[in-house]
Amino acid sequence: MAELTKEEVKHVAHLARLAITEEEAEKFALQLGAITEFAEQLKELDTTNVEPTTHVLPLVNVLREDVATKGLDRDTMMLNVKEQEAGQVKVPSIMD
Amino acid sequence: MTLFNHSAKELQALVHSKEVSLVDLTNEAFGRVEKLDGEVEAFLALNKEKALETATELEKVPFEERGPLFGLPIGVKDNIVTEGLETTCASKILQGFNPIYDATVVKKLREAGMITIGKLNMDEFAMGSSNENSAYKTTKNPWSLDRVPGGSSGASAAAVAAGEVPFSLGSDTGGSIRQPASYCGVVGMKPTYGRVSRFGLVAFASSLDQIGPITRNVEDNALLLEAISGVDAHDSTSADVEVPNFAAALTGDIKGLRIAVPKEYLGEGVSEAVRGSIMDALKVLEAKGATWEEVSLPHSKYALATYYILSSSEASSNLSRFDGIRYGFRAENVENLLDLYKETRAQGFGDEVKRRIMLGTYSLSAGTYDAYYKKAQQVRTLIKQDFDKVLADYDVIVGPTAPTPAFKIGENVEDPLTMYANDILTIPINLAGLPAISIPCGFEDGMPLGLQIIGNYFDESTIYRVAHVYEQSTDFHKQTPQIWEGK
Repeated sequence: MAELTKEEVKHVAHLARLAITEEEAEKFALQLGAITEFAEQLKELDTTNVEPTTHVLPLVNVLREDVATKGLDRDTMMLNVKEQEAGQVKVPSIMD
Repeated sequence: MTLFNHSAKELQALVHSKEVSLVDLTNEAFGRVEKLDGEVEAFLALNKEKALETATELEKVPFEERGPLFGLPIGVKDNIVTEGLETTCASKILQGFNPIYDATVVKKLREAGMITIGKLNMDEFAMGSSNENSAYKTTKNPWSLDRVPGGSSGASAAAVAAGEVPFSLGSDTGGSIRQPASYCGVVGMKPTYGRVSRFGLVAFASSLDQIGPITRNVEDNALLLEAISGVDAHDSTSADVEVPNFAAALTGDIKGLRIAVPKEYLGEGVSEAVRGSIMDALKVLEAKGATWEEVSLPHSKYALATYYILSSSEASSNLSRFDGIRYGFRAENVENLLDLYKETRAQGFGDEVKRRIMLGTYSLSAGTYDAYYKKAQQVRTLIKQDFDKVLADYDVIVGPTAPTPAFKIGENVEDPLTMYANDILTIPINLAGLPAISIPCGFEDGMPLGLQIIGNYFDESTIYRVAHVYEQSTDFHKQTPQIWEGK
């Protein structure tokens, strides 16, 4: 379980949208394997009926008044966009 | 000697008596940066023109309308967005990114009249304990330039320790304010989760991240925390609780204070000198009327694994926004959209960031989710319950901030797990969401050590009160590195 194969690392890299070379996959397999092996120690603990903590504060449903407010200006929002055309963000082809 | 040897209160007195102008103070910061930053390498971007403009403007404000931090210079960690001032998180993927709004804390600094001097280096996306994971430069420890300043807010601590700025902001996800504060001999506070708005803090692990102040003394720290605290409509996890006048808590009185000392925090891996400094600190606090007892936080040893699973899982989700499309670095010569994502991220992120994104993605995958992510969330509950039990009977918990002083640059880079172990005494506090401070408490081989004081939820006041009593009884905070006077 703790050991990660090179193929598993490549699959995870794909899921995380990271291009990865053969050498990197090999290196990360070793490093991630060591980290997950370390994490195996959590199995020593019996956590039957222990509620998971997602958040430490007892906050629920923080709501504001349903009033429209002005967002950021469109031109401002486009300032950091590298490729754009006619006020729209440009991306490479999505389908082959 | 620099003006930044003075506390905020002393600086205000100099300004009021017209011995020093706000422009002088701003110039002092840039002068110190010019003189020292070639060696310390703390700053990634400087805000010189605007800062001097602001200082000139602020001179016109009448004294009676000024607060305790008015006109004072501050450095800001580079994962806190500043409108029009490049913000990179020390990552190549955000190279050239100019934020289009200010983080809430930056807005609050402005309202307090503080002057932003520049942006401070860090481990890329706050992932690291040494600043060696920056894509741009390795910040040095001002006490010894061949040692790390800690991380991830290493440069925030180093800039204050070198007297480049008297104040800085850092962020703390697993110890990133306290560990560098300890390594650099300054005061660093991680507030209660929810005390300070995270709006405009580039998210690493949203359930753990908090922004906090780094200063040279406890009173300045209390003043800065008050200035940046408070509920914020832009951060639904900010807490709607009263912001006290923290500086008013510095009464000098800790008679009857009950201190818990977890035996797990003085165990294996903690250096003799660190252990000795904590025992000495307890004697100091005892002499001032506090009592202490040994306690146990039995799940401490599981905190590190829990933290790496949870923080990496949250990071893998948070960092999915860096896709090369709307801001920052964008890979060239790609065939299609999927390629653009993959190449941009492969070229834009450093190895540690990739490791954590992949660990997180793996932990959240079908088949491993229950064994890793959910299990870690359950252990998080057990760790929090340990603290709840102890804090029901004691006012504060005291121990070291880090097991050793700062290590040498390059010493731990090849071994992620050894590097992670530097945060073993700070991580449990983030998992529980509690506030904790690190203050200078001694030296080992000329390198500073830190005393960690952990308090109950939203009780930073008690932490400050204890820290202040300790500080006033010792002179560790008054010592400065050799570089302070220049070479």
